[in-house]
Amino acid sequence: MTKFSLGKFLLPTYVFLTFLFLMIPIGYTFVFSFNDSIKSNIIWRGFTLDNWLNVCDQADVCSAFGNSILIAVTATLIATTLGTMIAIALVRYRFKFRSATNLLLFLPLATPEVVMGAGLAAQFLDFGWNKGLSTVIIAHVMFTLSFVVVTVKARVATLDPALEEAGRDLYASPTQVFRRITFPLLLPGILAAAMLAFALSFDDFIITQFNSGAVDTFPKFVYTAAARGIPPEANVVGSAVFLVAMAIVIAVQVRSSLKQRKLSK
Amino acid sequence: MAFVAFGSQAPTKDQNPTKGGRVALWLLLPGLFYLALFFITPLISLIITSLKQPSLSGGIGRYDLGVEFGNYAYAITQYAPQIFRSFSFALLATVLALAISYPIAYFIAVRARDRPLLKGILLTLVVAPFFISFLLRTFAWKQIFSNDSLIVNLLKDVGIFGSDSYIIGTNFAVVFGLVYNFIPFMTLPIYANLDRLDLRLVEAGSDLYASPARTFRKITFPLSMPGIISGTLLTFIPISGDYVVASRDFLGGPDTAMIGNVVEANFLRIQDYPTASALSVMLMATIVVLVSAYVKRSGTDDLL
Repeated sequence: MTKFSLGKFLLPTYVFLTFLFLMIPIGYTFVFSFNDSIKSNIIWRGFTLDNWLNVCDQADVCSAFGNSILIAVTATLIATTLGTMIAIALVRYRFKFRSATNLLLFLPLATPEVVMGAGLAAQFLDFGWNKGLSTVIIAHVMFTLSFVVVTVKARVATLDPALEEAGRDLYASPTQVFRRITFPLLLPGILAAAMLAFALSFDDFIITQFNSGAVDTFPKFVYTAAARGIPPEANVVGSAVFLVAMAIVIAVQVRSSLKQRKLSK
Repeated sequence: MAFVAFGSQAPTKDQNPTKGGRVALWLLLPGLFYLALFFITPLISLIITSLKQPSLSGGIGRYDLGVEFGNYAYAITQYAPQIFRSFSFALLATVLALAISYPIAYFIAVRARDRPLLKGILLTLVVAPFFISFLLRTFAWKQIFSNDSLIVNLLKDVGIFGSDSYIIGTNFAVVFGLVYNFIPFMTLPIYANLDRLDLRLVEAGSDLYASPARTFRKITFPLSMPGIISGTLLTFIPISGDYVVASRDFLGGPDTAMIGNVVEANFLRIQDYPTASALSVMLMATIVVLVSAYVKRSGTDDLL
């Protein structure tokens, strides 16, 4: 006779309830993006599509969102390039100062944002640099770089060196080997890293607040608006970004599971 | 650290690293130089600023180079409650997040191991909060728990709450918000670790007549220690420096300020750069001590 296992029912119930709990603020933000609010978006006043259709009526939300995208795209391009180079070197080559390099890459991951933010701001102050778009981008490349390295490194480690060797045996030049073999194989890892860097940059608030001067970003807008109440248009932007990101994640997952099924056939 | 919990984990191939020489140098140099310039020297700037003294020529936000250790003494005496609160909130929230996250990670990695669809859905749900600004999520909790909200009124009606009780602005609300925000950061590394757990070891335990609880205590839990350490660091470190959740405009109140709130106020509002820097340096020093204990345990190659 099988024993009645408490864990069998208890654990799934617990997991279900915790996920429900995790989703509460997301659902709340989404629902209140449809609120027909007058000034503050606290009390439910009825359903409207107006916030979604006319997001840019709140010009500040729109321009802050635009800045966030611009910063995230630029920082992602730079960080992904630099990070991919480091990742390849870490896996493929032996070199001196390896542990020092690992430590230098790890430290930004282990530093509280407020320390990185204040430190960089103190340096810009010492150098007499004016804070603006360029200083935010510099800051974002700095704190996303290590995340890119970690992500791409995992992918480089799965490459089979024999494939590149085969290319060399067939008289491909080093550039050709990289362009035709290494890079295409690394691409999924690089794209994942880029998506991570973009998400981190887009959502960053603390480092941004210390280094952006007068430039407004979406999280900064939300933080400032919180004092007097966040307008529903901000909920619209947040919800829209959420939906797009979820669509991408699901698409990636479906694609990779289809691929796996094909392979196992 | 196992950050990459997502995606199909192809087996790693032996890379047989070659002696790098010039190629490795050119691949590494730009990125490492960047970090030296915009991560390391800022930390030095922070130390220098923390020792500055007020400018003789006067003026707000103007300081001269100096060796004023009094800034540290001032920061400690002036902000002792905030320092204490930061670390106790971080500790408490980390422990709670661990208790909440471990069963989730276990469920996804072990119970759902042979059900890819369920696993995919659950993992997507774990990371879902990352895709909506954490400021919006935190603010949503503020509204959910605000004084005239459904929940608070219900608690009052039932009698659990006195008529003049409130949630927002209390230590409870801040720790609650911190725990909520960091559950995914705790869950993912533990999941990534348990996902590689060899279930035959667990089987061996039960074959030897160990109870499930004992198998868990003696086998599963000790083996998942690296995941727990990663998750703990990923949670404790950001929380100790956070100032959004504890801010008065979010879940905090007049008596919930943490180190981050003080650094923000001193640096960005009253332009007392030395005090803000001294606090940041002390926060960083504490974290470095913590992390070096970790490095001693597992070496530098496991860091990334």
